[in-house]
Amino acid sequence: MAETDHAELEEKMLDILEEVCGDDEVRARRDEDLFALGLLDSMGAIELLVDIEDVFGVCIAPTEVERDEMNTVNLIIHQVEIRL
Amino acid sequence: MTFYADPSFFALLALAVAGAAFLGLREKPLARYGMAASVVFLACLFCKDLPGLIAAAGFVVVAVLSMRWVLAAPRSNLRFAVAFALTLLPLVSAKAGAVFDQNLLGFMGVSYLTFKALQVMFEVRDGVIKECGLFDYLYFLLFFPVFTSGPIDRSRRFAEDARAVRSRDEYAGLLARGILLVLVGLVYTFVVAAWLHRFYVPATWGSGPFLTELAAQVQTAYVYGLYLFFDFAGYSLMAMGASYCFGIRTPRNFRAPFASLDIKDFWNRWNITLSFWLRDFVFMRFSRLALKKRWFASRLTTACWGFVFDMALMGAWHGLTADYLLYGLFHGLLLAGTEVFQKKSKFYKKHKNNPAFKALSWFVTLQLVMFGFALFSGQITMLVKGAFHG
Repeated sequence: MAETDHAELEEKMLDILEEVCGDDEVRARRDEDLFALGLLDSMGAIELLVDIEDVFGVCIAPTEVERDEMNTVNLIIHQVEIRL
Repeated sequence: MTFYADPSFFALLALAVAGAAFLGLREKPLARYGMAASVVFLACLFCKDLPGLIAAAGFVVVAVLSMRWVLAAPRSNLRFAVAFALTLLPLVSAKAGAVFDQNLLGFMGVSYLTFKALQVMFEVRDGVIKECGLFDYLYFLLFFPVFTSGPIDRSRRFAEDARAVRSRDEYAGLLARGILLVLVGLVYTFVVAAWLHRFYVPATWGSGPFLTELAAQVQTAYVYGLYLFFDFAGYSLMAMGASYCFGIRTPRNFRAPFASLDIKDFWNRWNITLSFWLRDFVFMRFSRLALKKRWFASRLTTACWGFVFDMALMGAWHGLTADYLLYGLFHGLLLAGTEVFQKKSKFYKKHKNNPAFKALSWFVTLQLVMFGFALFSGQITMLVKGAFHG
């Protein structure tokens, strides 16, 4: 059951990230710094937080998580998962 | 006493750092000593400025009380609005008063105290800060190395450093880096910037050939831009270095700004702590509200308005004068233009990693940055006025 939940969350998050970053590379490069790759910037980060709140009801404040704890696909998924 | 300028400041700093080194190298906590040193330094700063001292003390009392009041009920819109207005009032009154040569509630360091107090207020409101001890908060606000002109630290990071009791080796490393940073800062400010300032001779557009006059104006802008960098970066390095000696790793304020490849990159490298403060507490909050309330048709439009608002505020904070407001607006529009270009242009997406494109982008960025400084220094308005009045 927990496995399915995780897979479902991951799929939804990948859809959101693909939309926000405008690039399907996010699916392949799960552990790379999205800011360094130029796929995410401040506006992207805000879009991401707003989408996460809309889809999962999880509210993360702009300065709640340090950037280096939420800058890769896997870290972003982790930050949402621990708040669900 | 003027911080980082008067010889007496540096003499007192050397004494204070010696005391910190004595404690730190014996693995003793430094926070109470740092607080006592800050009180002494602030007493010297305000010794001939009683109205300033009263305004600063009043600010601190209001900041502490309003923070506690919001902390007791973070979700209350009324509490947040009242506390926010009270905290912002002295800075706004100082900036508005300056237009009429009046000082209402302003005092030395009002900007930086306001930035720090508002950061805590926003994060209390967000539920990110759930407790904030009186000593931690006062030490964060009053920490003397960054009191008058930043860099702007963040309270949670600051408190972690303030509470840390470091091993002898770890503290010795910080102390050595701190002293080195102060020395490099001294060279930046009192050698390089002072030398550059000698060549800064702004002049009106002369009667020579167009290209000669243009070259002279470009030279003035470059000299001013470089002077500004070495002066401000030098100060920031000294403030960072002095903080390190007290075990506080104040963040850096500059990272090779003239190597920026585009304007967004520039604001990640120039006056970083102010730029990131505005990003986190103005741009991101404005954009989040605008996205949620669907104020604009697209996300790109939201970002553009966010940039213009963010930078216009930055300009206004420097002062409510035409030069500063134009400087803010110029950077806001540049950031918005860059955002549109990078999101929409197929040419950009195709060539962004091409070395020739990067070199061109660096060159264009540098010229725009220098033009911005020419707005900031008043050079452009002087030229425009000269053109109208002949």
